[in-house]
Amino acid sequence: MIPVGFAYERPDAVEGALELLAEHGEDATVLAGGHSLLPVMKLRLGTPELIIDIGRLSELSYVRVEGDEVAIGAGTRHHAVETSDVVAAEVPLLAAVARTVGDPQVRHRGTLGGSLAHADPASDLPAAVLALGGTVVLRSLRGDRYVPITAFYTGVFSSVREPDELVVEVRVPRTGGAGWAYEKFTRRANDWAIVGVAVVDGRVGLVNMGSTPLRASATEAALAEGASIVDAAMLADRDTDPPADVAGTKEYRRHLARVFARRALTTAIVA
Amino acid sequence: MTRHRHHARDTLRAMSIMGTRVVRTEDPVFLSRGATYTDDLTDERLTGALHLTFVRSPLAHATITAVDVEGARNAPGVVDVVTGTDIDLVAPKLFAGAADGMERPWLATDKVRFVGEPVAAVLTEDSYQGQDAADLVEIDYDPLPAVVDLRAAASDEVLLFESAGTNTSNGFGLGKQFDEHLFDGCDVVVTREIVNQRLAAASLETRAATAVWGEDGRVTVWCSTQNAQAARDAIAGWLGIDVALVHVITPDVGGGFGAKIGADPEFALVAWLARRTGRPVRWSETRSENMTGMVHGRAQLQTVTIGGNREGDVLAYRLDVLADAGAYPRLGSLLPYFTRMMAPGVYDIPKVESRARVVVTTTTSTGAYRGAGRPEATAAIERAMDLFAAEIGLDPAEVRRRNVIDPGAFPFRTKGGAVYDTGEYAQALDKVLDASGYAALRAEQAVRRERGDVVQLGIGVSVFVEITGGGAFAEDASVQVHPDGTVTVLTGTSPHGQGHATAWAMLAHSHLGIPIEKITVRHGDTDLIPRGGGTMGSRSLQTGGVAVYQAAGELVEVAKRRAADLLEADVDDLVVADGAVTVVGTTTGVTLAELAGRAELKVDSVFDSGAPSFPFGAHVAVVEVDVESGKAVVDRIVTVDDAGPILNPLLAEGQRHGGIAQGISQALLEEVVYDADGNPLTATFVDYGFPSAAELPSFTLVDMATPTHLNPLGAKGIGEAGTIGATPAVQSAVIDAVSHLGVRHIDMPATPVRVWEAINAARGSGGARVDTAGSAQ
Repeated sequence: MIPVGFAYERPDAVEGALELLAEHGEDATVLAGGHSLLPVMKLRLGTPELIIDIGRLSELSYVRVEGDEVAIGAGTRHHAVETSDVVAAEVPLLAAVARTVGDPQVRHRGTLGGSLAHADPASDLPAAVLALGGTVVLRSLRGDRYVPITAFYTGVFSSVREPDELVVEVRVPRTGGAGWAYEKFTRRANDWAIVGVAVVDGRVGLVNMGSTPLRASATEAALAEGASIVDAAMLADRDTDPPADVAGTKEYRRHLARVFARRALTTAIVA
Repeated sequence: MTRHRHHARDTLRAMSIMGTRVVRTEDPVFLSRGATYTDDLTDERLTGALHLTFVRSPLAHATITAVDVEGARNAPGVVDVVTGTDIDLVAPKLFAGAADGMERPWLATDKVRFVGEPVAAVLTEDSYQGQDAADLVEIDYDPLPAVVDLRAAASDEVLLFESAGTNTSNGFGLGKQFDEHLFDGCDVVVTREIVNQRLAAASLETRAATAVWGEDGRVTVWCSTQNAQAARDAIAGWLGIDVALVHVITPDVGGGFGAKIGADPEFALVAWLARRTGRPVRWSETRSENMTGMVHGRAQLQTVTIGGNREGDVLAYRLDVLADAGAYPRLGSLLPYFTRMMAPGVYDIPKVESRARVVVTTTTSTGAYRGAGRPEATAAIERAMDLFAAEIGLDPAEVRRRNVIDPGAFPFRTKGGAVYDTGEYAQALDKVLDASGYAALRAEQAVRRERGDVVQLGIGVSVFVEITGGGAFAEDASVQVHPDGTVTVLTGTSPHGQGHATAWAMLAHSHLGIPIEKITVRHGDTDLIPRGGGTMGSRSLQTGGVAVYQAAGELVEVAKRRAADLLEADVDDLVVADGAVTVVGTTTGVTLAELAGRAELKVDSVFDSGAPSFPFGAHVAVVEVDVESGKAVVDRIVTVDDAGPILNPLLAEGQRHGGIAQGISQALLEEVVYDADGNPLTATFVDYGFPSAAELPSFTLVDMATPTHLNPLGAKGIGEAGTIGATPAVQSAVIDAVSHLGVRHIDMPATPVRVWEAINAARGSGGARVDTAGSAQ
């Protein structure tokens, strides 16, 4: 449980982090909360040569309303998202989902940007941001890129982020009074979701139903065409390719996606 | 007169401390500066210690074709790299009853037989260097087929040990054919295969050992074990040296649950490497290593057959066990002996037969895990009782009440070969049914079924009996009062979390009247305490504790005789209270401390119970099952655990809580899983279903205390009641919740996916009886 040796830099500004990323590219890994990265390193499954620690960059920790969107700094801890009055009022789904991540220790260390950048399809927040139709802001010395989350993920633990880019901000539309719900199905309270379903304003995000977070597009389309919740939810696993593991088979996950899509939609629409 | 006085003294004693909730005296240290575990030790003898890192097999079964340690040897900080051919010790057979040829090599040389098997040992100046250097050891493997499935192992198609010529390590009752007429005369016979799945003990402190040789030729080994004396004997035997040359010390031990009984061969290797290098050697494994290196528990594939009449009388029962030894037979290979002994459980069944075959597989070796053979027996018979009750359409609680052994029949010799000392099984059952509101629960269940609720209610009942204080019946204790008024208690039952320091101080206090803050309990040092049986099998209080109680009582008699001389009084006129001997009805007296100042005031005593006791109880579990997702949540668990009179309810409740938690966890969450290639799929706490408080309900504990005649405290063991009683109750409750859908059986752990599949299968078969078997391995 001891990582392979690595170099460590803790720049005191985002600019410094970007310079290091530009110089080291793929040899560098960004450390924010560390709750996904460090276990991987301790198991020697990940062996970065350079760690760039952005965990203390306060300039990346903020929540503010900007027009129709809420802009959240990538370094904002899950706990801050969970307890933010702004998030609670403007994007209540996000606060609720943040509350289901890990345990209090994890939520005090883990960051929204880190969770999105890590690109684990079993994580809660990427699917929530996907359901929200959010945007990931990538910055490098070359400039800023605004990538819709629908175009951000390319596979398990991979995204369109270039090696010299840093996730600096997550922007989500203000959903105000739109109905929302998150159903996270786990064996144990602190586990990753076996399957999760995030619903907001008729959009449905799926956790752990494929190599990336997914939208239940068929369900959304059926709802838009006036289908009942029960009928629409039956389409929630269409075009998914869920994993099979100790917690469940593919078929079981497909079933769970349908069940929890129905429950989440019912909560979101009836409530 | 004398009798009256003694009676008064006993009453006073009862009022003072026995049976009271004395707060654990060990906790302030544990909760403030922290315990001192083996890896935390600071000792000047350990200056300059080397750190041992093992290179472990990534494959379950393979021939080793080449080992190249040169790269590692040249790595920074590396002092020595050792492979199996360097070691001049005889490879040990870790279970005496195993087939010849199943010895475990110190480090694998020709073959590896499980993922995690040590192949090379790297010694470095610090532990960081050890991990790096271990990665540089290059080992070439030629893969062989893994043997994970128990039936495949028993078929001997792929042998783990060619020289043994078989995969069967050992067996119990295999010499006799099953009686083909066993079930003659039964109206109903039900048979079923049940998986009692493999579990990881997952103690918070992993395995650790540290060794240093003195100039006197003796080796001191600090290690994390449940019994220092057995560890000493094992280490001496493996090193081939006299026992007198080995000094074992157990610092604080962070949990064991049976997996730390005795010594692991790694401990002896640490000592051997210290001798080879002439330097102290330290070893502490990582969590990942622990999950494949420390013994696993349970791992039985059982076939139960039960028969009886339609009135509910069970007439015959058969238990056929296929048990998993893992790669190298260890204590786990003995445990089916206890499973067979306890096969009939609390029931008076006219005909019972059983047998067990133990086979090797390319997996981690098995050992004891909280209950060690008895939970497996209880799970089997309780499942069988449920199946029988379901088949004849009677209430499972009623069928149990009808078949339990009559309270007038004790001591009762069972068909399993045990002699139960006491038993009030029907009373325990009635108490737990009352406390749980059983009738109301059944009514609520009926309402939910009628409504077709998504969340259904399940009620599981178990009645159990177990063995405690089996194995070694005798235990030493020493109690000494010092001139400064303090007391030292020496005990051979060393704790790994149970609270001996508190309990043993209470026992000494009960006789001496000296405040427990002044009583120090010492354990786990083989030079100080050469004899001792350790803590396992729920034996401590009824053996070691009684020995302390007896020694303190004898010390009082010694003190009274000395005081009688000093005070020129009649011994019969003296009483001991508050640490002083006084003439009854006067203030004339002498303190025990003063007596100790005149001459050593110390008593060594041995208590021998002569036989194990058989505590019992009954559990009711109430479980809610979401029939859409398959997830089961324990709503309530109500337990009667009769361990006789309770010395300290706080400690006893802690034992019950921990055991119940682990029982619930086996029923719903935990399972060590290997894939078909023998790769462990549950080697981290992310994947292994270790529970947290969030998965557990509050526990309702019901009191019942039937004393045993086997010791003066009347005490029986309590440490394993929870894993024995709660496990089948919870499993049964899950099945009960979905039984109206046609489900008769779901193997443990009853995970959401398994419950869902069982419901699906039942629906698919039109509600006919079906079940979902687990991953039989």
